[in-house]
Parts: sequence; C-alpha cells; structure tokens
Amino acid sequence: MRMPEPDQAAIARRAEIALALRRILPAESVIEDGEARRAYESDGLTAYRQPPLVVALPSTTAEVAAVLVYCHENRLKVVPRGAGTSLSGGALPLADGVLLGMAKFNRVLDVDIANRAAVVQPGVTNLAISQAVAPAGFYYAPDPSSQIACTIGGNVAENSGGVHCLKYGMTGNNLLGLEMVLIDGEVVRLGGRHLDAGGYDLMGVVTGSEGLLGVVTEVTVRILRKPSTQRALLLGFASCEDAGECVAKVIAAGIIPAGMEMMDKPAIHAAEDFVQAGYPRDAEALLIVELDGPAVEVDELIARVEQIAKACGSTSPRVSRDEAERQRFWAGRKAAFPAVGRISPDYYCMDGTIPRRRLPEVLAKMQAMSRACGLRVANVFHAGDGNLHPLILYDANKPGELETAEAFGADILRLCVAVGGVLTGEHGVGVEKRDLMGEMFNETDLAQQERLKCAFDSEGLLNPGKMFPVLHRCAELGRMHVSAGKLPHPELPRF
Amino acid sequence: MSDLLEPATAEELAAAVAASEGPLELLGHGSKRDFGRPVQASQVLDLSRLSGVTLYEPDELVLSAGAGTPVAEIERLLMANGQMLAFEPPDLGPLFGQEAGRGTLGGMIACNLAGPRRIKAGALRDYLLGATAVNGRGEIFKTGGRVMKNVTGYDLCKLLAGSFGTLAAIASATLKVLPAPEAVRTLMVRGLGDSAAMLLMSRAMMSAEDVSGAAHLPEAAARHLPHADVGTAVTLLRLEGTPRSVAQRLAMLAKELEAPSEELGEIESTVLWRGLRNLLPFRGDHTAAIWRLSVPPTAGADVLRACGPVERCFYDWGGGLIWLAVAPEGDAGAARLRTALAASGGHATLVRAPIAIRAAVDVFQPQDAALAGLVRRVKESFDPLGRLNPGRMYAGA
Repeated sequence: MRMPEPDQAAIARRAEIALALRRILPAESVIEDGEARRAYESDGLTAYRQPPLVVALPSTTAEVAAVLVYCHENRLKVVPRGAGTSLSGGALPLADGVLLGMAKFNRVLDVDIANRAAVVQPGVTNLAISQAVAPAGFYYAPDPSSQIACTIGGNVAENSGGVHCLKYGMTGNNLLGLEMVLIDGEVVRLGGRHLDAGGYDLMGVVTGSEGLLGVVTEVTVRILRKPSTQRALLLGFASCEDAGECVAKVIAAGIIPAGMEMMDKPAIHAAEDFVQAGYPRDAEALLIVELDGPAVEVDELIARVEQIAKACGSTSPRVSRDEAERQRFWAGRKAAFPAVGRISPDYYCMDGTIPRRRLPEVLAKMQAMSRACGLRVANVFHAGDGNLHPLILYDANKPGELETAEAFGADILRLCVAVGGVLTGEHGVGVEKRDLMGEMFNETDLAQQERLKCAFDSEGLLNPGKMFPVLHRCAELGRMHVSAGKLPHPELPRF
Repeated sequence: MSDLLEPATAEELAAAVAASEGPLELLGHGSKRDFGRPVQASQVLDLSRLSGVTLYEPDELVLSAGAGTPVAEIERLLMANGQMLAFEPPDLGPLFGQEAGRGTLGGMIACNLAGPRRIKAGALRDYLLGATAVNGRGEIFKTGGRVMKNVTGYDLCKLLAGSFGTLAAIASATLKVLPAPEAVRTLMVRGLGDSAAMLLMSRAMMSAEDVSGAAHLPEAAARHLPHADVGTAVTLLRLEGTPRSVAQRLAMLAKELEAPSEELGEIESTVLWRGLRNLLPFRGDHTAAIWRLSVPPTAGADVLRACGPVERCFYDWGGGLIWLAVAPEGDAGAARLRTALAASGGHATLVRAPIAIRAAVDVFQPQDAALAGLVRRVKESFDPLGRLNPGRMYAGA
C-alpha cells in the first residue's frame, strides 16, 4: 500500500513543529520522542505501521482549533485518532503528519433523559455512553464489537455499526448533534437536541467521512429506553441456503429482529472449540435470531420465528429460556474472531455487504477462491442487513501468504460489488480498501466526493492517503471534465 | 430553446443540465413548488417522466424507483405487500392549494419529509440507501447502494435529502422500506395545557412501551381532527405492533401515566394519525403563513409561549416539532419565532407564505458565518455555476 510521498521538509522540521505545538498545548500534551511516538504507529489494521511526525493531545475545542490553525498555516498534514481501533487503517499515521489524539476528550457532558439525548466528548468510549445512561434504564444502540475500547468520535468518523443495525441503524441514524472544527480552525455546530438539520444535512455526510472533513469535538447522541425483554433463538441448518431462506422469510413475515447473525461451518467449529457455546457441530450454517421489546411481543414473535425456522428445515431450534442462556448463545458468535485466531497464526477480516439473497452464490464462489488460493476462510455474517465478514486464515511468517490473503480479500470485495453490494459495510475504506474504490465508483462518482472534500479542506491536509485512490488537487477538480471510464490527468501520481 | 425540459432518462437529464444556459427550476408534480425561496429560473426541469419502480424486493426491504415516480404509487405497492415508508412522509400538497395524493419520490427526498413516526423510526434521510443524480456540471454520479449497511465513501445521500434540489437533480433512488405494523391504537388524554402535555409525552417516550407517535393539539387545533367532537385540547400517544402486544402496552401506558385517558381503536387511530401527518389541523386555512419548528422536545411549550400570538398550532414528535400558523404579514413572525427558539436551539422553517415574504425573509434557519461559508462551498462543490434551483434555500446558494 503506497502512502503519499512524505514531505521531507516537514520531517526535518519536527523539533520546530513540536516546539510550536508546545506553545499551544501543555508541554506533556505534545509527544516528539521516537519511542513514545511508536505507541501510535498503527491502529486495528496492524499490517501497516508508521510512527507519526509528532503527536498532539489537545483537551479543549479551542486547543483543537489552535492546533489546526497552526497546521493549516504551515501546510502540515493532520491525522485524527480516537482509540485507534479502526480495522481499515483510518487512523494510520503519516511520517510527515501531526497525529491529533482525541483521548483527553473523555467526559460525559450531559445526560438528558427527558429529551432522550446524551452530550459527550468524542474520546468517550461507545460502551461508556450506555453505562452513563443505564441508571435511567437507557442505552446507546450502535454496538460495534470493539465497544469497550472504541470512542464515539471514531464511531462518528467511521459510521460504525454492530449486530443490531437492521432494527436500530448505524451511528449516523443515532446522532442528534456534532461540534466540529474545520482545518482552518473554524468551529461549526451541527444539529443539537432537536431532530433533523434545518439546512443541508452536513452532520449526515460528516458521519462516516473517516476523518477527512473535520475534527469532531462534541457529540450529541440519541439514547433509547432499554427493551424490557431480549430473547434469542439458536437455529442450525443443513445448508447456508436454508439459513438464508429462513432470514428472508422472517423479514417477509413482517418481523424485524434486533439481530440476525449467521455463521458457516468453519466459524461454528472454531467458536465451539473455543467457548463451548453448545452450537450444533453438524450444522452447515447457524443462525442466532434475537428479538427485543415488550415481553408480550417478543414471546409472540419468537414463536413465529421458531415456526418459520422449522419450515425452513432447522432441525433443533432452541429458544433462550433466561438471560444466561441468551448470553451463552451469543458467546460463540462474540468469540468468533479470537476463536479463528486460535486455529490460524493470522487472519484477515473482510467487511463487504451484499444483497442477502445472493449469499449462497457468494459463499460458493468464495469457497472456490479459497480452494484456488489455498487459504481457508470462515464466515460470520450480519445476515439481517447483508453485512458479510469473511475471515481469511493465513500465516504471515510464510513468504507470500499475506499478499495471497490480501489478494483473496480484494477478490471477495470485488465479488460483493459484482452482485450488487458494496466494499465495506461498517469498517470503512481507510487505506485498506482505498485502491478498490474504483470497483464501485467511476471517476465521476469519485470526483464528486473529492469536490465535497475540497469544500471542507481545500488543501487536502486532513487524513490524506485514506479513502481516495487518487488524490487530486482541488483546483484541478474544479476544471476537471471526465468522460466515462477515461482517467483524467494520467500524469498525476497514484498511490 | 424550450422553457420546459422533460428528460426521461438519467442521460437525457444530464444532457439537459449540461446544455442549460441559465438557472433551472427542478420540478416533479409541483405539489411543493411554493416551499422555499422563489427561484429565478430561465427553464423548468421537469423530472416527472423519470418515473417507475425498477426494483422491489420485499424480503430484502429495498425499493428503487425513478425520481418522478408518484409517492402514492410507491405507497400503494408497499401496502399491497404489508410494508410502508416508515418515516411517514406528509402530503404537503393541500397546504399549497394542490390536490391531495400528488408528489414524487424526488420531491419527497428533496424536502427530507418525515411524519409522526420520526421519533421512533427516523426521517427520510435515514432510509435513503442510494441514488443516481446529476450535478450542476451535468455529470451523472451515483452514491450509496442498495444494501442496508454501507460506509463506502462519503454518504452523499444525506446531502441530497433535504437539499431542495440545490445540489443535484436526482434521477433515481433506492429506499429502505419496513413491514407495516399489524395493529395500531391510540391513547388520548383530554384537557392538558401545553406544559403538562410536554411532560406527559416525555414520560410516555421514556417508558418501555415503545410509543411511535406523540402529539398534542391545543383546543383550537383539536377542533379540526376527524372526530371533531373533542371540544378540548388532546394529547395523543400511538402504539403499534402485534395486536396482543399493543393491547397490553396500551393498558400499561395508561396505568403509568396516571392521567384519565381513553383508547382509540384501529380505524380511528389510522385516520387520526394520517390526518396529523398531513397537517389536517391547518386544512381549510388557505392564507396563514405556516411555520415548522424543530426544537428539543421538552422545550416545545416554552418555545411556543415565547413565540407570542399564533393563529393555530400543534405539537408532534413528543413536543419537538411545532407546526404553527401566523398572519401572513410583515416578516410572518420570522424574527420573533427565531428569537423564541434561540435559547433552546433548533430551527424554524417558513413552509408556506406569500411569495413576497418568502423572497424577503430567511425561509430556512439563518446560519452563522462559519456554517454559511461551508454551506456555500458545499453548494459550489456540486453546482459551481449555480444552475440547480439557485437561491431556493439561501440567497446565493
């Protein structure tokens, strides 16, 4: 993966830049030392590592604005970072860029139960929001698997999802307001505790913009009353087709479960070996269907789902009788990634979304690819919304296997796009899928997105090297005329 | 050169925009043509021929259609399959003196419409999965896709929703749809003052009973409800779901609220909430200026009180949405209404007013310099020549 050519002049100015930042921030909030910088060298996509030029750790909006003004005036690149749990390299530092760590923004500012809102700083973890509102019987719905560590600021940047998106939406569907600092230090407030933007929905487009448009300094989220009941079904099937049919029939019956998770046989076995959740080892596919809401409704719908599952050939459906059993059903699914980590030295987690009915075909083709390249693959699948997480098993110590795994992963994502799906459902483009953007978007589509970037950051200083395969200068985009399929400016460097 | 352009494909739409020599007014059925600032256009770009549902997969919860597809056609198709547009888009046509049941998919997206279920299910912007559109350069671009979960690239759908045709002309769009509830009931409480009603709605929204509509109508507005015999202010709470669940939750909610209440049945509830969604309390009034205020729900009554005299008003979204009518004179109350919501935060939109007033006052909430600058740059990033509905939302954008 090529990153933009580092600006050697900026690197040579490291000491001067650190000194300038120490005039803006307390001395201990600027990290210049090589070893200390190394702590920030990667995020959740650990295949890529790069210590930043210098780390700045502001603790107020005014400090963020001052740092950005300085960087803007000095044409310095800036990489914002929350907890650094991105799986797509969204927070991967740049050798010539200031890493803006938002960890000090760690306070819950207001819990406003009557308006069903919580105002938090961006460095608060996803789970801490739910914990802060739990005494009132409320929670924050999006629940990415990294929720104990990942921050809400990072969730906004990545539009993070979780296992309950079909019913409760992603981060973007659960935000009420943002405060954000633009690269030139201007502070804008979007939304509030009321619903919908009065003008353009800038909050909507900032959500999921991967740190390329601005730095979020305050987040107002919508919180929900905890459902009074949660129950789950554990359903084994003789084929992925049957399991997929069951999912379709549940939805066609007018039922929107809180979660519908599917695992294929390799994932079932890995999970069962690891946590003994009681999954049926003979099943080719496993479904966990969870319903939540008022008790009477959950009981009624659970019975209907069980009937549908039986009609689709599930041999021994099990319904959770109590909270402990529900947790047990989930234990294997939640341990699926580490479980796969036990059976393979390394694994590579993919994140495409497909129209659900294409699942059998996609799985079959994936198996053929797996055989062809000699790498095993296990699948966990947010079946309700079509978000597929193939886990490619490989050994980084074997020469060439990482490259084979990455090529296999790219082929899977191309396949997702080919059947009408997308490159990423919740992990983001980052550096990981940057060069695949052309599989889904043509040059005109990408140019429109880049022009939007220019409206926020005309110098391209915020998080460059992420999301876009080719970085155009805004002035060039301004006069660019593209005809379909023909790449403009072939002389520009691609990275 | 014709004054009316009627493209039937995305390519024809792109060609029409590319060839235009002056500003274009984008038009569907024209049901909301008078919503927004007046547009000085040399040509009308009629999108209604871009019509027809091209994909509907009920068990995948997706529907794609041309921008000119009538919303009524989409809703009929969904209803036949037990599904719905969960955000309950209001039919604003009659407010503007148009016949009911008109309006296109493109117009609905452009206005980011949402009705009473907004508080539970979200707005149109939460259901727009993807779109193919033409920017002001006359280029076709697509954004999003047809799947529920997608974070590939910027979500330009969010900008298309609610941008009143000022950023791009939508050719086609894909929506997430949802199953319609099997049963609906309403709990009605009579005679509450506005502040007491805010509290009651807030408690109902904080309960575990999953309220999908919470509205309060002061007596003057309640008079226009379908069953007009109420004679008092009414506070209305809607529950939806399976019949057994709704019945049980209704009983629970009635008990929790500790206020005398009565239950409205299936048909009565359906008619009532359709009426609220379509602004029935303003029916018959063809002249008043009509505003829509979005505020923090608990601030609703205080904001309205601070607004000063209004002709008619009601609250939706648990108090967070205030529809109100004032005399169509002067600035139609713009200054006093916006002062009234300054403390709580929120926005006020002048939905209906005589053209002279809409040309003179800020129809959409004014923005501070930083935000206004950003909005202008965003507009230019889509439409550098100012061809698409220029000035419809803001002067010069």
